[in-house]
Amino acid sequence: MTRNTFTTRNLRKVYGEGPAAVHALRGVDLEIPEGEFVVLLGASGSGKSTLLNILGGLDRGSEGVVHFRDKELSAMSDTELTRYRRDHVGFVFQFYNLMPSLTARENVELVTEIARNPMDPGEALDLVGLANRADHFPAQLSGGEQQRVAIARAVAKQPDVLFCDEPTGALDSTTGRAVLHVLKDVNEKLGATVLIVTHAASQAAMADRVIRFGDGAVIEVTVNETKLTPEDIEW
Amino acid sequence: MSPLTKKLGRDLWRIKGQAIAIALVIAVGVLMQVMQTGLVASLDETRRAYYERYRLAEIFAPVARTPERLAADLRRIPGVSAVETRIVGHALLDMPGIDLPLQAQAVSLPDFREPRLNNVYLTDGRMFEGDRPDEVVILESFAKAHGLKPGDSLNVTMNGARRTFGIVGFAMSPEFLYSTAPGELVPDDDRFAVLWMSRTALEAAFDMDGAFNEALISLSRGTEPAEVISAADRLLDRFGGLGAYGLEDLQSDKFIAEEIDGLRRTTATVPPVFMAVAAFLLYIVISRMMQAEREEIGLMKAFGYTDWEVGAHYLQLILAIAVSGALFGGLMGIAAGRALVDVYLLYYKFPFLVFRLAPSSFVIGIGASVLAASAGGLFVLRGVFALTPAVAMRAAAPADYSKSLKFDGTLSGFLDQPTRMVLRRLTRQPVRMGGAIVGIAAGVALSAAMAAILASFDEMMELTFDVIDRSDVTVSFIHPIEARSLHDIETMTGVIEVEPVRIVPAILKNGRHTHRGAISGLVELPRPNRAVDADTRAIRLRQDGIILSASLARRLDIAPGDWLTVDVREGRRPEVRLPVIAVAESLMGSPAYMELLALNRALKEPLRVSGAYLRIDTAHAGEIYRALKHMPMVAGVAPKGDSRAAFQEITDRGAGATRYIMALVAGIITFGVIYNAARVAQAERARDLAGLRVLGFTRGEIAFVLLGELAVVTLLALPLGALGGYGLTFAISAGFSTDLYQLPASFGFSTFGQAMVVVVAAAVLSGWVVKRDIDRSDLVLALKTRE
Ligand SMILES: Nc1ncnc2c1ncn2[C@@H]1O[C@H](COP(=O)(O)OP(=O)(O)O)[C@@H](O)[C@H]1O
Ligand SMILES: [Mg+2]
Repeated sequence: MTRNTFTTRNLRKVYGEGPAAVHALRGVDLEIPEGEFVVLLGASGSGKSTLLNILGGLDRGSEGVVHFRDKELSAMSDTELTRYRRDHVGFVFQFYNLMPSLTARENVELVTEIARNPMDPGEALDLVGLANRADHFPAQLSGGEQQRVAIARAVAKQPDVLFCDEPTGALDSTTGRAVLHVLKDVNEKLGATVLIVTHAASQAAMADRVIRFGDGAVIEVTVNETKLTPEDIEW
Repeated sequence: MSPLTKKLGRDLWRIKGQAIAIALVIAVGVLMQVMQTGLVASLDETRRAYYERYRLAEIFAPVARTPERLAADLRRIPGVSAVETRIVGHALLDMPGIDLPLQAQAVSLPDFREPRLNNVYLTDGRMFEGDRPDEVVILESFAKAHGLKPGDSLNVTMNGARRTFGIVGFAMSPEFLYSTAPGELVPDDDRFAVLWMSRTALEAAFDMDGAFNEALISLSRGTEPAEVISAADRLLDRFGGLGAYGLEDLQSDKFIAEEIDGLRRTTATVPPVFMAVAAFLLYIVISRMMQAEREEIGLMKAFGYTDWEVGAHYLQLILAIAVSGALFGGLMGIAAGRALVDVYLLYYKFPFLVFRLAPSSFVIGIGASVLAASAGGLFVLRGVFALTPAVAMRAAAPADYSKSLKFDGTLSGFLDQPTRMVLRRLTRQPVRMGGAIVGIAAGVALSAAMAAILASFDEMMELTFDVIDRSDVTVSFIHPIEARSLHDIETMTGVIEVEPVRIVPAILKNGRHTHRGAISGLVELPRPNRAVDADTRAIRLRQDGIILSASLARRLDIAPGDWLTVDVREGRRPEVRLPVIAVAESLMGSPAYMELLALNRALKEPLRVSGAYLRIDTAHAGEIYRALKHMPMVAGVAPKGDSRAAFQEITDRGAGATRYIMALVAGIITFGVIYNAARVAQAERARDLAGLRVLGFTRGEIAFVLLGELAVVTLLALPLGALGGYGLTFAISAGFSTDLYQLPASFGFSTFGQAMVVVVAAAVLSGWVVKRDIDRSDLVLALKTRE
């Protein structure tokens, strides 16, 4: 039996208090096995980013238990969470989030500098096809290019877990496929567990496991027997 | 190089205008600190070295006429290491082409040897030869002021006899660093000379064969001067001892000590205020910058950078600015100190003066500014720690303006959209706007306070020379004379009014507080030279007591109704007790007033006067001066214009001179503050404003949104700054006040107006720079970059 990367029990998250409180997660029970490629589907506002934030150690749940492997994330101190993010997690954010005052390469270096086992920043940029734009600043790159730099940055540290919040949302089909390809490689070659949030239901076809999310809770989990390659996905 | 270091460098470059403005503000604070403490250390050290090298006495014991053998008795007092005796006397100089009689002090030096104490430093020519009675060495500053050369001759009246001397050399002496004619408050090179002559010559001139009238005493290490002073007083009493006094009561030393203290006080009060403003500024800028970088901070945290690593990054930014500003200021402080030393050298009569950097001041200046900056940095760190990394995952949410002003009903009809944007932002972000307002107000306060200080100096001059002393000329006599002798002066052509005055040297005592000074005996309702109260109304003198100036009352810790002990140091030297009946306002010196008749009665003397205040018709001034010069009883004649000029010079060249530098510094700080406020606002809104441009607003309208905010913030800061300036003025004017003069805290509309001019000029210029930037800005780039 493969062990689980993440296990959650009755995970809840409430933003705010009183009548204005927003229940973003309403008791999530999940198991994500090690090394899988997981796609998280759901309507806007259903709590996908919130869940990703908590699994990634960026935020804490209001209630419930979260385990990363055999460690309890929900019991960690701020320092331990920082350590966890530094050593195990790679992020690709929904809104690129590059440092405007650093070039593409330097944005990657920002992460490799503190990683335990990073790849060469140039190599990471090559992976996303941006080796020739390494010295450009974010303002000089298009949205898709910025997103690919963000992916190179997340991949470069060779993380155990890679979180991607709508990584292809702003991309055309060619670039989008290239990006998915990189993510698939990271999953297969590095053995990283990959968790992708997306609107595009068609992308679910390349996942090991698909989690349907609605109104702060898991609606359905499906395990694909056969996976498609990014090239075969309809856009 | 690590990417964070690169980011640091690029951030610094991006905010270079602001960084330079802040660094400059810090630099000027440190500059002042380093320069001032350096000057204090240099003056202190030079004075000490000068005194030591020329063996300045530690105790001066003036006496009427004492046989030389008393010197041996003085030497036997325990704790005395050396004694020198000498003859000092008053002399009048008749300079060709000058109507005024000029005062001089004749001082004897031993005939064939160096003096054991109070040696002189010969700057030109030679010493007089042995006992040659017709040779004289004169004070260099006087010689220079009158263009004299060794070889010239000099007409001197001493003890009523007029003789001609040959000038053989010029000298300086630590005893006469500041030389003030008797009866005058401030030194004036032109009008006071020191004549060093052989003992033989002065014994003859003053009938002092085998006698002396002043003993100089130095002490062995660790001796308590007070005991030696009373022992000397006991020995000399029956020869007419006038009271021995310590070095600290020597007029020259008192003066220079005051100057040094004044510098020290302004050093302690002003630079810290400036530095605090700089630190506050730095804090505002960095914290607002952090506001703008919230997402990046969240991002770094999301990647696993620890709070400390992220905090250190911003702290480095603060320190880079603070340290470079402080270093620059420190170096400039050394340069400025060196330059000022040259000015001081002209002014203080030191033979040498080296600028000695007090290394501690360099360290303290830099340390203090860095500490202050880091204190601001700690608040910044707190902000870093409080941010959750999750903010990085969200798009920059539109700032919430829901709680700001709603423009509904009639009001909305009048306000166009840009005006609403200005008003909304001001009300929506009260903390940020409050910070900007307080920052600018601090700049306004500094400028207003310094403008007030500049005005206070003028007011002090005016009060002293126009309100209190309305005479044209002050005449002083060699000895107190009978009042009716004034008749000769009253009848001179051109003399309008003559008012007698009796100035009696005395030691004023109240418990353990003592003051060596003088009592001025004035007529009941003096007209030319008055005592005035706090509202500058003349005080009527009464027969039943003494009136003290406020500064003197403070020093003696005495109030109206208390009894003052007066130890008279002239004539029969009685000790009398007098009630204090009032306290008078005075900005110069520390006078004590009595009614003339009452004073003479207290002295148990018939009506005597020691001088007179004259109002004259200036057309006859020359005639009057010439006539006075030939009156044997006249010791000195001081035209008020000369005194005023001498006083102006004191305040402009001495410790008071730093006020000009401080005013400049205050201006720079104010400028820095406002420029920063404009830049920060621009950075925060760059994106919004570019958005507006896209929507079709003109550049003018955009600039209005931004500059309108600056204008409103500046306007709101003005009253707050006025209030702060008012308070600061009191603190700073106290720092500038010395024993010689008290600076009134005068904070009026005009001084505030001057500060406003600085502020408005700064706002306009900053606004112009920002506007120029907006006009040049690349629309697309502004929309893309998040700053
Ligand atoms: N910081 C926050 N404060 C208040 N409500 C929030 C916050 N972040 C998210 N929410 C709310 O929580 C719910 C889930 O948000 P999110 O996880 O971002 O959804 P998704 O990523 O699935 O679109 C939404 O209703 C959102 O408005
Ligand atoms: Mg989301």
